[in-house]
Amino acid sequence: MSAVATAGPAVPAGSGGRRRRGRWNAPLVAGLILFGLIVALALCAPLLTSQDPIKQNLQAAFLDPGAKGHLLGTDALGRDVLARLLYGARVDLRVGVVAVISPLIIGSLIGLVAGWFGGWVDAVIGRIVDMVIAFPFLVLVIALVFAMGPGTTSIYVAVTLVGWVAYCRIVRGQVLVAKEQEYAMAARASGLPTWRILLRHLLPNVVLQAIIFSMSDIVLTLLAIVTLGFLGLGVPPPTPDWGTMIQEGQQFILTKWYMATIPGLAVVVTGLALALIADGIVEKANQ
Amino acid sequence: MRYLVYILKRVVSLIPVLLGISFIVFFLIRLIPGDPAATLLGVHATPEAVKELRDQMGLEKPLLSQYLTFLGHLLQGNLGFSYVYNSSVLGLIGTSLPVTIWLLVSGTFFTLLIAVPLAVLAAARRNGVADNIIRAVPVVGLGLPAFLLGIVLILVFGLKLGWFPVGGYGDSLGEHLRGIVLPGITVALTLAPIVIRSLRASMIEVLSSDYIVTAHSKGISTARVVLGHALRNAAVSSVTVLGVNIAYLTGSTLVVERVFSLPGIGQQMINSIFGRDFPTVQGITLVFAIMVVVVNLLTDVAHSALDPRVQLT
Repeated sequence: MSAVATAGPAVPAGSGGRRRRGRWNAPLVAGLILFGLIVALALCAPLLTSQDPIKQNLQAAFLDPGAKGHLLGTDALGRDVLARLLYGARVDLRVGVVAVISPLIIGSLIGLVAGWFGGWVDAVIGRIVDMVIAFPFLVLVIALVFAMGPGTTSIYVAVTLVGWVAYCRIVRGQVLVAKEQEYAMAARASGLPTWRILLRHLLPNVVLQAIIFSMSDIVLTLLAIVTLGFLGLGVPPPTPDWGTMIQEGQQFILTKWYMATIPGLAVVVTGLALALIADGIVEKANQ
Repeated sequence: MRYLVYILKRVVSLIPVLLGISFIVFFLIRLIPGDPAATLLGVHATPEAVKELRDQMGLEKPLLSQYLTFLGHLLQGNLGFSYVYNSSVLGLIGTSLPVTIWLLVSGTFFTLLIAVPLAVLAAARRNGVADNIIRAVPVVGLGLPAFLLGIVLILVFGLKLGWFPVGGYGDSLGEHLRGIVLPGITVALTLAPIVIRSLRASMIEVLSSDYIVTAHSKGISTARVVLGHALRNAAVSSVTVLGVNIAYLTGSTLVVERVFSLPGIGQQMINSIFGRDFPTVQGITLVFAIMVVVVNLLTDVAHSALDPRVQLT
């Protein structure tokens, strides 16, 4: 009995020809196009600009957008804004996506164990979840990054330590339903080792909700990373990062309003693209 | 009386969570790479001073006894001493906490002011133009960072129009009130989309129920049916949504305070981070968690007060 053949009712049937038209919905398509464009811009950064994002040139500081050789102008240290924007996208998108994957994996596995074994295992995990949830996400992430020292590794670890609880709760709830279903009982009755039942049979059926949630979680994680940069606690300088750019621009908001606005727009558009994808996927899953 | 017993029971049930919170906060300081005492005192500390602080912090003792000492201090209201500000951490928090609470109250007020009319409008004229616009807002708003909204509001209402101060909290009550409007709206604009979404959904459900049809057929005006009959029932589930998200937004007050230079605990936390003031960061992290627990408690109490069907157990 293979896991694919026994994919239970937890997975919505999407292959029926009747539903073909419902496969792609407008938010999903718009979001994917927009996000694809942003990723392409980030990947092609060296082709789109010949400027070095961290090279300072104090004699060419505060150039307005449209200045010769600097399409979006330069910042207070004379660094090219376009180059920093494009290379910043690489940093922020990479950190954002990676920082969602490890809580997704770890949280799902812990949720799987809690839901399957129940009893004291579930009780202990439940208490730990309650503790972590009591902290505002951003506060605990900031405190952890502070304690571990700045850097991308600290951000990954902090987001994982705080973020896994959401996935744990989602998957645990799904497992509680799935383990009473026939395919799970059959797997158990056939004497398969527990790890095999959990990973091969249950996981594919319960992980969908967690993946759907991870889509909107990316938006929140990206915002958290940009916010960390804005607070001066994110990716350490001189690495370009949108949050740091906004924070630097805010100091000159009276005279150079676009310095904070350009990276701000980048955050909003990326957030919108990811939010559209998340919305589209939820809509698709609900069909 | 029933309420008192219920609240008392809820408070008692919070004890394990509070213990857990203290445990996490305690371990925060153990995450510091190297010797916490040396880190606390900075690079210029003499080995003697480091050793003295190690003794004082009890770092030589077993971990469990260290935690029990920490817990004992907490129960006496002793959150440690800030070497950077030369003051007790509790004192620092005492002066900045009221600002944060004001911000939360103002944020909640503006959230309701924005969310309730829009949700009612959207639900009453379902699938109309207004409804479609209101439904699109949460998608756009989800990716909007609070600090960016704050900067835009400062630019428009602080600098261009000059209606509100650009930042700061002022010294008199009048200045406090003026200073808290823009930060409150910033918090509200990030929170309102979520509340609108939930309130709209429950309004639509309530508006299609039998008793609303009855009310309509009795010839009561639409406005009265919607506002008098439907809103109260629809509000119940939204109170929970609001509560859960205020807890989440307690975290973003940290950013909003930074943008508007409000001297609240969030601002204090960031300043303490830059000052490498570990005891204060630790203390404020604890206070933030306690605030979330208290907001959750108040949400449950409000929920049961609004809906008599909720069992008080």
